Amino acid sequence: MIDKQASTVAQALTGLQDGAAIMIGGFGEAGVPAELVEGVVAQGATDLTIISNNAGTGDVGIAALIGAGRVRKIICSYPRMVGSRHFEERYRAGELELELVPQGNLAARIQAAGSGLGAIFTPTGFGTKLAKGKETREIDGRHYVLEYPIHADLALVKAHRADRWGNLVYRKAARNFGPIMAMAGKTTVVQVEEIDPLGSLDPETVVTPGIFVDHIVQIAEAGKAAA
Amino acid sequence: MSAADAIQRLDKQQLAKRVSQDIPEGAYVNLGIGLPTQVANYLEQDGDYFLHSENGILGMGPAPDEADIDWDLINAGKQPVTLLNGGCFFHHGDSFSMMRGGHIDICVMGAYQVSTHGDLANWHTGDPDAIPAVGGAMDLAIGAKQVFVMMNLLTKTGESKLVEECTYPLTGLGCVSRIYCELGVIDLGPDGAKVVELVEGLTLEELREMTGVNLTMAS
Repeated sequence: MIDKQASTVAQALTGLQDGAAIMIGGFGEAGVPAELVEGVVAQGATDLTIISNNAGTGDVGIAALIGAGRVRKIICSYPRMVGSRHFEERYRAGELELELVPQGNLAARIQAAGSGLGAIFTPTGFGTKLAKGKETREIDGRHYVLEYPIHADLALVKAHRADRWGNLVYRKAARNFGPIMAMAGKTTVVQVEEIDPLGSLDPETVVTPGIFVDHIVQIAEAGKAAA
Repeated sequence: MSAADAIQRLDKQQLAKRVSQDIPEGAYVNLGIGLPTQVANYLEQDGDYFLHSENGILGMGPAPDEADIDWDLINAGKQPVTLLNGGCFFHHGDSFSMMRGGHIDICVMGAYQVSTHGDLANWHTGDPDAIPAVGGAMDLAIGAKQVFVMMNLLTKTGESKLVEECTYPLTGLGCVSRIYCELGVIDLGPDGAKVVELVEGLTLEELREMTGVNLTMAS
């Protein structure tokens, strides 16, 4: 019997090593796998590359990893937010490498990794400083920039419901980067609010097929009013 | 009263209303963070408009009542929103395919500078100390069928944001089709900037002086 459920976050993160590239889902607060990221904080791996839309705020999650000096590089589209002071401090001090990627290119490069593509030609960013030095090509009269896939050793995703095979259903706009990061991680760990019996997820509504998921951890939603 | 005082500048709400008049029912529209969001308030109440949010929403509705706030349902500015009947969710790959693939009819954004041939600069001031952040601006700029810029044409110190060539870092090349500003409406393109509308009390000659740009009236 295959059961991808891990009993603890720590168990699900076994194997995380120094120097790893970690994708972290979420947009703003929605869809952030907060407990999994706290698990990385507790686990202690360092020299990390973080791939996420934002660079963390406050003193928790990605911000905690950055604040502790455990992130070597961050690949994101929008690091500057209210409360992103750990990022700002390390970045200004030259202790944190930033690869700024237009959000759609971030998504497309993550998809390229998950889909086994060697590279993509994207029109986004052509002629801007974010495409400086990159190979370009004109195809049917439109200009494109060559961009490479973004791979990750570990993808951390939050979904709403799962079954023990790792099929996932998301909730509202918390879906955001989850499905494409789940495909791009060598190992994908998902935190969910519910784990339901096999056969109880409507197969027509499964967004991420379990093939892309390695471990699931159930984290009850604290502080969220029962709907 | 001096000539300058006679100019009937549009305020932000008048500007939002003016932009809304060029958004037809049935359009798939992305409204940028900040002022462009206000355009939604002026779309016909009973019309079907499809508001897109980059984080995976089509059919986005207005802000909820306090009691109905759901932090899994936010807009690009990370503010709580609602979903209209018929609205739906999708992942980031699909959301940006909607932009890049030319499926979004209109996007409305702010700008630091726009060139007469439609280059857009709205993500970075070029200040070496500034923390860069781009988000979805570059994808929208090159992807939407029509890119409307909504801004004050003149800075607080009177400098024109419509320029012959942008000096700020570019977001996209030749992508802006039209500017809506406190002084009127200006079309942009390979043939330069053409004034579509001037607010009352303003002449083309005065607008040329204010901007330093060789504007002509659209035919």
